[in-house]
Amino acid sequence: MTDAGEALSRVVGEDWGRLIALLVSRYRRVDLAEDALADAVEAAARTWPEQGVPDNPAAWLNTTAQRRLLDRLRSEGTWQRTVERLTTDSPTTAPGADTMANLPDVDDDLLRLVMMCAHPALALEAAAALSLRLVLGVSTADIARLFLVSEPTMAARITRAKKKIVTAGIGFDVPASDDLPGRLETVAQVGYLAFTAGYAPGSGPDVVRTELSGEAIRLVETVLGLRPGEPVLVALLALMLLQHSRRDARVDADGQLVLLADQDRTRWHHDEIVRARHLIDDLDTTDELPALAASNLVQALIAWEHASAPTAADTAWPRIVRHYDTLLRIAPSPAAALARAVAVAEADGPLAGLKALEGIELVGHRLESVRAELLTRAERWDEAELAFVRAIEACDNDAERSHLERRLTEMRARA
Amino acid sequence: MKRYLFLIAATPVDWTSFTPEQQAEFMTQHAQFENHLTTHGRLVSTAPLAGAEAATTIRHRDDQLVVSDGPFAETAEVISGYYDAELPDLDSAIAAAALLPHGYAVEIRPAIPTPTPDDQVPEDQAQA
Repeated sequence: MTDAGEALSRVVGEDWGRLIALLVSRYRRVDLAEDALADAVEAAARTWPEQGVPDNPAAWLNTTAQRRLLDRLRSEGTWQRTVERLTTDSPTTAPGADTMANLPDVDDDLLRLVMMCAHPALALEAAAALSLRLVLGVSTADIARLFLVSEPTMAARITRAKKKIVTAGIGFDVPASDDLPGRLETVAQVGYLAFTAGYAPGSGPDVVRTELSGEAIRLVETVLGLRPGEPVLVALLALMLLQHSRRDARVDADGQLVLLADQDRTRWHHDEIVRARHLIDDLDTTDELPALAASNLVQALIAWEHASAPTAADTAWPRIVRHYDTLLRIAPSPAAALARAVAVAEADGPLAGLKALEGIELVGHRLESVRAELLTRAERWDEAELAFVRAIEACDNDAERSHLERRLTEMRARA
Repeated sequence: MKRYLFLIAATPVDWTSFTPEQQAEFMTQHAQFENHLTTHGRLVSTAPLAGAEAATTIRHRDDQLVVSDGPFAETAEVISGYYDAELPDLDSAIAAAALLPHGYAVEIRPAIPTPTPDDQVPEDQAQA
């Protein structure tokens, strides 16, 4: 890459969100800010290689994007009104290129942008896409890939979300202190949704989608940079780091998913595991945290038990069962009850696990798959056969169905 | 300022079945809501509405006017009243609606500013 290309991708990577935040802060037109900045980046790609990289690349982009945005406002005929408003309102940030000389000054605007993108009046999926696009500058094509939709569908979703912000009057503000904890929880939910999207089963393992989950980690790190120590975000970051640390071991050379117990643990990112442990150690205990933070923390503790076991056989299953008991107390869900039953089976054997399955109601194939595996281990072949068949019928994902069919064949060979 | 219509959906109840305390609480909650509106913006108009049995819905189907008895959707909750108000932003509108009696579902709909002869350029387009 040329020097100009490198300088441009660096400033876009580091300052995209701040540049968008500055534009929105000044003109209150989130629907125009993104296009204006994209135009400015395009202009930079064209002119910097010839004319040289400007001394302050971010300021150059800011000035150019502002010009583009003003052109759009002029052509809309709202220019005069905007000028009147700008002269009567006190803008949150003094305009001008000198602002960009010291980007940290824009942190408040960046937090306003985060809060606007992750507003509870937006659907979570739309908020997640919008946050990745506006706060981090992830391309629409990459966001579409992450969420397994076509690029035009994702572009339309992002446009709709921006229109709703403008039409419904979602403000560009840091919420009042009473509302802030709830709003940070929405940010956490948005971040986790974007993260899990990369791990959701698609047509097959897609390493790029997994890498894109890392952008959700960057989003939460960005917000934590603005609100250091927020427990709900710290716990979430620890959870995401632990899950993400296994990314390279999840898929084998043939592209098949590798179960946790069979993964090559030397391929886990141990630096990320250590970092997650430090984050966990800095948090209060679950009893002292609000529900969502506590639930994220317990899930991080469970992930830590797996991450810190030298081999699958060394996993401290009784401790994991106790963590699931805590999780079910804080945030009861059939999925957590099912995961607890699996842990119980590992700790106390398949019969105890089957007993723990009693009373769980869950649509989809997962409950029956777990039951089938436990019945196989208990050598109750006829019941296992029935459970496998029910699980296969209920499974709507090709990769997981072929896995179940393989397991059924293996079970029949043993029976 | 943006203009919002608060559509209140509630299960029809017999007001006389409320205890005096319940009636007082209900009135207080509406008063707190209206107080939020006047503190942070402006109440344009409001009214309770007659029940869904008095509703008439019109639609056009194949270019023919179809007038039918009843509300848009048959659900347990019906639109039972509205507030039309100006407030700074959606967060303020949500904060106001949260003050209303908790049995309500409140749909907040931004009004689209339309130009009047005195005001050729809609103000909110510049502000949005």
